[in-house]
Amino acid sequence: MTEGDPLIRTGQVDFGGVVKTINLAFAPEAGIGSYVIVHVGFAIAVIDEAEARRVFDHLREIGERLDAEEAGGAEA
Amino acid sequence: MKFREEYRDGEAAALLAAEIARTVTKPWTLMEVCGGQTHSIVRYGIDTLLPPKVTLVHGPGCPVCVTPVEYVDKAIEIALRPETILCSFGDMLRVPGSHSDLFAAKSRGGDVRIVYSPLDALAIAKAEPARELVFFAVGFETTAPANAMLAWRAKQEGIGNLSLLVSHVLVPPAMRAILDGLDSRIQGFLAAGHVCTVMGTREYEPIAARYHVPIVATGFEPIDILEGVLMCVRQLEEGRAEVENQYRRIVRRDGNEAALKLMSQVFAVIPRRWRGIGDIAGSGLGLAPAYAHFDAEHRFGAVSTHDEAAGECISGQVLRGVMKPPDCPAFGTRCTPEHPLGVTMVSSEGACAAYYRYRGLAPAKEPVA
Repeated sequence: MTEGDPLIRTGQVDFGGVVKTINLAFAPEAGIGSYVIVHVGFAIAVIDEAEARRVFDHLREIGERLDAEEAGGAEA
Repeated sequence: MKFREEYRDGEAAALLAAEIARTVTKPWTLMEVCGGQTHSIVRYGIDTLLPPKVTLVHGPGCPVCVTPVEYVDKAIEIALRPETILCSFGDMLRVPGSHSDLFAAKSRGGDVRIVYSPLDALAIAKAEPARELVFFAVGFETTAPANAMLAWRAKQEGIGNLSLLVSHVLVPPAMRAILDGLDSRIQGFLAAGHVCTVMGTREYEPIAARYHVPIVATGFEPIDILEGVLMCVRQLEEGRAEVENQYRRIVRRDGNEAALKLMSQVFAVIPRRWRGIGDIAGSGLGLAPAYAHFDAEHRFGAVSTHDEAAGECISGQVLRGVMKPPDCPAFGTRCTPEHPLGVTMVSSEGACAAYYRYRGLAPAKEPVA
């Protein structure tokens, strides 16, 4: 990452093996190791990793409820 | 976690589809706004996983598709001038103008260059100071910060040979226009995740309240879309109409502060015509007065609006979610990506191109009335 003016700060972003220099003006919180969403050469968001896992918690809840309902149906 | 493959898991998709089926008791019609979501839905067959009561219709979220024909004509005219370099994102090149497209202008000797980022255009302008560089700035809110940065940098660095042909559009006014349409069937929206990344979700709150429609900011992967549908359907079944955020790993209610700050300096909200839809008040961005000097229309003449000749193409109805691509008699026969009748078959984000690429000539899941 380059230092200095936040509007021209850039960083190296690894796209599954292909590394590109990306402008970080719109992702001032991005640091080394951040996962970012890139659009036309600009990082526009840093992924919130805790939130990223939330959908899988939601899925687990749905799965457990569906399993419980199926089990309940079998007993009835 | 790489935040991609996990969101394409088949078992997880089946689980969400089962939960949607368990939740739904009445028929509901939802619109996904973004062309990227449309492609994901058609590519992964997400619509075929849903219960028959849930219908997804595709929205106007293809920036290339809604760029007015007169802007394409203007870009071609500029590209054919001897002193200019016309820089554009690649997907604009095959979009038909009134008579021709930018590819044809390139083959006729126009200096048309495809760039990956607006800042590539800045580098070209600096490398070729004797030429006039014009950047064709097209897109939704997602692309606006990057294009704003090009204008800001050009001003900061005093780059005199660079200007922008701006045809930027905004999503919320288009959603209002669709809901105001007499033929609208839309009961809920999956809002475009990356547009919300920039803008936040706050501006959708008055729309949800006024039209009583749930609006769920949703991502692009199959699991995101299915969870967005579930959240939307839950609201409809419970009689709620709120703004919710499925894409919380990326989207914040207040959006991207740094991007919004720069956009507010460089751009101003203006009326805009949408190809296939028509004029929508307050639905566009143009350069703010402080950046008027960088407006290509000041240097090369204003774009004159004219009405597009009515033809066989139904892309206007497709963009408003009134028709689906296979409802068109020309789909896949007289209209293909090689010989498109309209923009929705040209662009990689267009709904017709998505159906043609992933579904062939198979009929739609259900005919749309």
